[in-house]
Amino acid sequence: MPNINQLKEKASWVRKETLKIHGLAPATRLASSLSDVEIFTALYYGKILRFNPKNPNWEKRDRFIISKAHGAISLYPILADLGFFNKRELNRVCQPGSFLGGIPDTMIPGFETVNGALGHGLGVACGVALALKKKKSDSKVFVLSGDGELYEGAVWEAVMFASEHKLNNLILIIDNNKISMLDYCKNIIDLTPLQKKFQTFGWRTGTVDGHNLEKLYKSLKKIKEEKSNRPKALIANTIKGKGVPQLENDVLCHIRTLKKEEIAKLLKNYDES
Amino acid sequence: MRKNKRIFFLSADFGSPVLDKLRKDFKDRFINVGIAEQNLINIATGLALENYIVYAYAIAPFLTMRAYEQIRQNLAISSQIKPVNVNLIGVGAGLSYDVSGPSHHCLEDISIMRLLPNFVVFSPSDEKLVEKFVDYSIKKRVPKYLRFDGKPLPVIYGDIKNLNLENGFYELLKGKKVCLVSTGYMTHTAKIAAKKIRGAGVVDVFLLKPLNENLLFKTLKKYEYIITIEEAFLNNGGLDSLISKIFRDKEYTAKLKGLGIDDKYVFDLGSRDRLHKLNHLDEESIIKIIKKWVSQRDKSLFHPSFRSGK
Repeated sequence: MPNINQLKEKASWVRKETLKIHGLAPATRLASSLSDVEIFTALYYGKILRFNPKNPNWEKRDRFIISKAHGAISLYPILADLGFFNKRELNRVCQPGSFLGGIPDTMIPGFETVNGALGHGLGVACGVALALKKKKSDSKVFVLSGDGELYEGAVWEAVMFASEHKLNNLILIIDNNKISMLDYCKNIIDLTPLQKKFQTFGWRTGTVDGHNLEKLYKSLKKIKEEKSNRPKALIANTIKGKGVPQLENDVLCHIRTLKKEEIAKLLKNYDES
Repeated sequence: MRKNKRIFFLSADFGSPVLDKLRKDFKDRFINVGIAEQNLINIATGLALENYIVYAYAIAPFLTMRAYEQIRQNLAISSQIKPVNVNLIGVGAGLSYDVSGPSHHCLEDISIMRLLPNFVVFSPSDEKLVEKFVDYSIKKRVPKYLRFDGKPLPVIYGDIKNLNLENGFYELLKGKKVCLVSTGYMTHTAKIAAKKIRGAGVVDVFLLKPLNENLLFKTLKKYEYIITIEEAFLNNGGLDSLISKIFRDKEYTAKLKGLGIDDKYVFDLGSRDRLHKLNHLDEESIIKIIKKWVSQRDKSLFHPSFRSGK
């Protein structure tokens, strides 16, 4: 069990770094990148994932496919901190010559797939999971998907495929922040009961508070190690824009860009708290 | 698949008698993903990212158009950074599925698949070419689109030994003034039509991307009249565009004409031959069009036995 206070400190640092990146690169999707900070923190600093920053394509690594790629700006500081690339790169996000774009891709060490267009990650992950089984590898395939992304039909093609092929090395984490681009999901097409949907499709499921690092760590650890012949889904209940009050209370936060002064004030408040 | 354990064959619930044996013999590497072309591409991508060689098989219009975004993002874009070996086999080129109507016709695929960077587009006119392509498909670690006819075609390349696949074309019949440049099924029609045009040549283009453009230019510039024939929509990136582009790049003026399907879907019913007649793609129409085009200048091109139009 990692030291939870240390994980909390890391999460807090990641949140600040993500704000700084957004300040430098306003085209980045801030709110979406704040709801999954604790998820990334638990996976990487909690060492749920098996990885090697010096050899990002290490055969024994766990594969992590970030289907909601627009919400992965908060992973940049983590990858830099762990040594996947130089921390100086964080000052060049979206700048000419940088490999860190507004939406991450495989130019970045540590990113497995090109995403951006939503609803593809789980299907690709199914193919990877199938390949790992064929290779008799004990590596796992993690996927991070947004809840709004579940509207894409291809996701459900993959959900059916995964249970049919007993892909028990596949772990889907749903960043369930309950807000799509224009509205609350419940006002678009209500996705509830989400857990029951996955259960009905033959998946092992769990639900957790996606900002409580202790619970999140334990749930991820359990779901990774649990013996089952089914694919697994963990619904992480999160808040879009977590840690930034003006985003947390705005249903349109997805497309909201913070001004430099707002960011400076937020960073000052974080440092004082 | 027996020799190479790294091959997976995926199907979107589509088969053929040949595949029945694969299905039976390689249960763990033959996967029917169901009627789910998007997932077909995604699963293929995942397997290929783990260094497997994947063949993904489906009805051509559904494979290329239902799953175009998966093809674009997960194969075309991704493979620019990380090579993947995925071979998309689309069955039902052009008007193969004649009476099934426009939903099953596939007239857009050449254009939209040629459009994608990093892709190879293969349009064979017989099974001998397909046999030659097998080795290439295993070795060449890029995404590929294989445009297959819905029905078996007669052999063209049975006796041809000096074929260089990567050139992408072959001059099946050497001519002088008129050259019929065709792909896939239409090469069979072009061959028949060319026999009735004195001195006409036939060039079969089987790699629509990439191909040896310099060599194709050298081959074609010997001719005065070049007519492209394809079972695809015209003027939108197909074979006609490919040939025009080569001449444009060389700043060389040639007399070019393109035959194919005009800017309308084909709702008419009947055999493929009938649909070709209606769309001026049968050999008689082709000869007539060429005759009209060039006869003002050179009446000697036509064999006296040709009676079309009389």
